[in-house]
Amino acid sequence: MTQPIIHLSGVSKNFRTADGSERVVLEGVDFILQEGEIVALLGKSGSGKSTLLRIMAGLLPADNGQVLYRGQQLFAPARGIAMVFQTFALFPWLTVQQNVELGLEAQGIPKDIRAKQAEDAIEMIGLAGFEGALPRELSGGMKQRVGIARALVMQPDVLLMDEAFSALDVLTAETLRNDMLELWEGRKTPMKGILIVSHNIEEAVMMADRILIFSSDPGRVRAEIKVSLPRERSQDSPEVRALIDEVYTLMTASPTHLDSTGKVAAQHHAYRLPEAEISQMEGLLEMLADEPFNGRADLPKLAEEAGLSDEDLFPVYEALRLIGLVHIEHGDIHLTSLGLRYSQAEQGFRKHLFGQQLLQNVPLAARIRHSLEMEKSGEIRKEPFLNLLEEFLTAEEAKQMLEVAVEWGRYGEMYEYNYHTGMLKLPDSE
Amino acid sequence: MDHSQFTSQAWQRFSSSTHQPNRWDWMALPIIIGVLFLLAYGTSQMATPYQVGTPLDITLDPLYLPYYLLRTTLRMLMALGLSLLFSFMFAALAARYRLAEKIMVPALDILQSIPVLGFLTITVTGFIALFPGSLLGVECAAIFAIFTSQAWNMAFSMYQSMRTVPSDLREAARIFHLSSWQRFWRLELPFAMPALLWNMMMSMSGGWFFVVACETITVSNHNIQLPGIGSYIAYAINQENYGAMGWAIVAMLLGIFCYDQLLFRPLIAWANKFKYEQTGNEGGQESWFLTLLRRTNAVQGVTQQLLRYFEYGLLLFKKNHDGTSILARPRPINPLIERISDAIIAALMMFACWKIGEFIHNSVGWSEVFRVFWFGILTLIRVVVMIALASLVWVPIGVWIGLNPKWAERLQPVAQFLAAFPANFMFPLVVIVLVKFHLNPDIWLTPLMVFGTQWYILFNVIAGASIIPTELRYAADNFGLSGWLRWKRFLLPAIFPSFVTGAITASGGSWNASIVSEYVTWGSNTLTATGLGSYIAQVTATGDFPRVALGISVMCFFVMACNRFVWRKLYRIAEEKMSF
Repeated sequence: MTQPIIHLSGVSKNFRTADGSERVVLEGVDFILQEGEIVALLGKSGSGKSTLLRIMAGLLPADNGQVLYRGQQLFAPARGIAMVFQTFALFPWLTVQQNVELGLEAQGIPKDIRAKQAEDAIEMIGLAGFEGALPRELSGGMKQRVGIARALVMQPDVLLMDEAFSALDVLTAETLRNDMLELWEGRKTPMKGILIVSHNIEEAVMMADRILIFSSDPGRVRAEIKVSLPRERSQDSPEVRALIDEVYTLMTASPTHLDSTGKVAAQHHAYRLPEAEISQMEGLLEMLADEPFNGRADLPKLAEEAGLSDEDLFPVYEALRLIGLVHIEHGDIHLTSLGLRYSQAEQGFRKHLFGQQLLQNVPLAARIRHSLEMEKSGEIRKEPFLNLLEEFLTAEEAKQMLEVAVEWGRYGEMYEYNYHTGMLKLPDSE
Repeated sequence: MDHSQFTSQAWQRFSSSTHQPNRWDWMALPIIIGVLFLLAYGTSQMATPYQVGTPLDITLDPLYLPYYLLRTTLRMLMALGLSLLFSFMFAALAARYRLAEKIMVPALDILQSIPVLGFLTITVTGFIALFPGSLLGVECAAIFAIFTSQAWNMAFSMYQSMRTVPSDLREAARIFHLSSWQRFWRLELPFAMPALLWNMMMSMSGGWFFVVACETITVSNHNIQLPGIGSYIAYAINQENYGAMGWAIVAMLLGIFCYDQLLFRPLIAWANKFKYEQTGNEGGQESWFLTLLRRTNAVQGVTQQLLRYFEYGLLLFKKNHDGTSILARPRPINPLIERISDAIIAALMMFACWKIGEFIHNSVGWSEVFRVFWFGILTLIRVVVMIALASLVWVPIGVWIGLNPKWAERLQPVAQFLAAFPANFMFPLVVIVLVKFHLNPDIWLTPLMVFGTQWYILFNVIAGASIIPTELRYAADNFGLSGWLRWKRFLLPAIFPSFVTGAITASGGSWNASIVSEYVTWGSNTLTATGLGSYIAQVTATGDFPRVALGISVMCFFVMACNRFVWRKLYRIAEEKMSF
């Protein structure tokens, strides 16, 4: 076997939280990218897959373990590794041509030569005629084409794509994906490998030779699926559908959150609440209860019906399961008996049910409610709770998580929060 | 070898190119050549022989005014150039090295609060010693003083921008191997450009305000009046010459107008492309001069050539090792070195404080310190009252203008123009009125402090009101919010962030202006308001160095305390709770 392009062994990464304690983002990750393959890294947001990509790019150092590019240790971005960004990361003051030339200019290549090379890349990616345009004049899809041309003009050995299609609308993303695959299959570039970081299951199945599924807290590779289907793959072929189902199953089952007693590890307040909005939870639940699903649905079908991306839906699934309204297994989702009662109830009773389930299943909510009840005034500042969360999370994450807990608690009428004073308090009516 | 090849190629391309002058060239050329000639002539006049003690004649003949205006304009341009250079270096160092940041940022905070005249008094002898027998030394001192009225906020804005470069662009720069030299020119400077330009304009306004003070310099009891519009005004005030004052105002307006049309407006129109966010088309400034230049052929050819050299310059300093090289390995930060450097800084600070204390004790005594602090409180009261009054007047007007886009478009440049107009011109008028009606200068000199600075409140409020989202206005109308409730619940919170930005600038400027406005002369009449500003002005006039230092330190203290305990808090509230 030839030498792998990128070889990670035992890579760990910690981030320091606000109070100085450390949070493990990646733990003992092993990874190999071989020549001639496209690998997709799938995971929920916050699972550390982007961090891993940045370690491979040489943008971040690993705390532990080894990062090898072509057998050499990687200390900083290397010439053979190019990257495409989710946010495009184009320099808004440079024209398309200048943006594409950027990396060549940095290498000190004279103007005439780099202009020629840039023109070739622009031509190849279908941007001809736009050389003089500023990025702000382009649509999202065109911007990302510039991003790809800018990477390809470097004649990279390996291309890293960080959620490269997720800021684009579905149609544009698909076109761009197919164009990428065409380039790859046609061997029009010296590129030897592509790594895609994504949360879009379909994208991964359509493009990759190998899919790695990432689990969060701490991030590690949970499962690996080989995709040996020939390209081009059709979204509607039974093989592709079966694969998508399989990946869904792997992603929604969360064995890492089960401890030895089989109880959901949400009992621990370090468990990160999924960032799901109440309205989304309600909407999805109603859709599930109604025709044509009648309480049971295939996850991809439900996603299609809801018209939302997996990125948006996963937190909602997780929240509904956490509250005990749905049950998920083998890529299917169905209402629990409680969920059924909930979907048939009217608003007031729904809130009551939600509140009860919240206290039972979400320790953070229970802790807030309990602490408030102990207070004579029924009021507590938010800071003690934030401090507790910051022992496990970064300040930013702690804030977000408290926001989620506040929204859920408000809906379940368990507690209220005043934005201006920063005080949590019990509802007045009791 | 590489280089010579490049140049010969480039020149070939240039000479054989199609850069034939077109009719726009013939229009732009006279302006460009005229400006270049004036600059060259003005510069050649700067280094005339001079001995301290020989009086320099200033004539009040308006025929000389264009020449004086040229000299002053040139001085300000040079100071601006220096400020720009300083900002680049300051920001590049402070944003890149932690140790430098630790020392330089607080230092800038202090420098920012030192009144402009303080620098002049302290540095002028040094500059004169640098160029004996030439006027160049005095000229340098004046340029340096103008520089100190311009540089700090520019440097700070640049530093802030460099720290807030979006992380994806920063990562892209690293992935594509830009060296720090290339990163500065390709990423950091363009990103900082809009804010930097805005600050340059504000700096320029400040410069005009202090130019009167900066051109008349007192060295060992000799008054040196550099030829310039500032000296002209000072002399006119001294001679109680109304006509000359009028001419000076006209000349100054002309100067500000030229700067606006030929420098800032084209720059702002050009810098539009550096705006990182694309929010609507606000600030889509137009400039006839820039449009003219863009239509030219030959002039464009020359700029393109310069641009090519600039790009060639980018190639000179490139990253010379790859990420897999051992040289790319990040050196671990040694905590011991960091701690030692911290300790040294702390020790130096303590030593400095002790020295200052000793110096004050020996040369002026502590009772003087308390007296100066009392003056500081008086001036503080003036600043607070005036800012409050100015806000009461300008906030409603600014909101009204801002909500009427047609007026906003027309009046905002006017407000900026007014801010640039030196309020010192009004002073003699006020003196005459006060003397005539025997009014108490302690109270009636006070409004002069905000004369020049109130405009910052106005145009920030205008800008704030004009970006209130339209849906929000519809919602407010829909709920029938009116009267005081409309202000309390909707308008005031909506403009609060921009108001705070304006008020910070206005109050900082007012402190600085107090030196000029608490001690006002018109011929033989001198009016004084008791306060820190007049204290500094008086001790500067007598050349009492320890007292000057004391006054400046106390003002520094007050300004920094205000910033830290009031403005920064308000700013944070504005950012967290009242932004859209």
